Amino acid sequence: MLAGMLTITQALYDQIVAHAREDHPDEACGVVAGPVGEGRPERFIPMLNAARSPTFYEFDSQDLLKLYREMDDRDEEPVIIYHSHTATEAYPSRTDISYANEPGAHYVLVSTADTDGAGDFQFRSFRIVEGEVTEEEVKVVDAY
Amino acid sequence: MAIEVRIPTILRQYTDGQKAVEGTGDTLAELFADLETRHAGIQARIVDGGQLRRFVNVYLNDEDVRFLDGIDTKLADGDNVTILPAVAGGMA
Repeated sequence: MLAGMLTITQALYDQIVAHAREDHPDEACGVVAGPVGEGRPERFIPMLNAARSPTFYEFDSQDLLKLYREMDDRDEEPVIIYHSHTATEAYPSRTDISYANEPGAHYVLVSTADTDGAGDFQFRSFRIVEGEVTEEEVKVVDAY
Repeated sequence: MAIEVRIPTILRQYTDGQKAVEGTGDTLAELFADLETRHAGIQARIVDGGQLRRFVNVYLNDEDVRFLDGIDTKLADGDNVTILPAVAGGMA
């Protein structure tokens, strides 16, 4: 039994998976924004992985500024921050944990390791708060 | 000399929840030292060993200061500074 829960529409789930598939073997990353304080992911925003790496991701700094300005103007927050692992399981690495700066966000990890037969496809969600990782249930719905 | 500084969610614990605060200084280093006098603890989250932390982005009027003079970037009255932690990670 997992403590929290991420509720996400099938459409958003599919968009995240498609982005992870597209960018494989590099890590894909992005955000799903939603209204402040409601915890409901709504607006899919794929980001460029400025590191263009199979083992690391980082939002481009100008894109990051634009993203946060835009969310601020629309009274949104990053409800989901997602990225893919391309050869390992969908579990936060030490790197993920040390750079996790949004305690209010669901950190979604997708593993595309199945592409190269290196593991199973996975879609998992976590809270990362002050270095503590808590996995949560993922509930996929047709609509909110 | 007033400079508006926009504070990311993760650092609002040092600003009583305020999204923006004012500070003064001729350079970013001075500005962060000035902020520290009213918002104890914030400086160490941005600066380490006299340099900007690698995974904290600082923008002066929307330009990443890494492409200016980093922590020595000069400031003028009315400038806007935005602090945003990098969104980064990965399997490595």
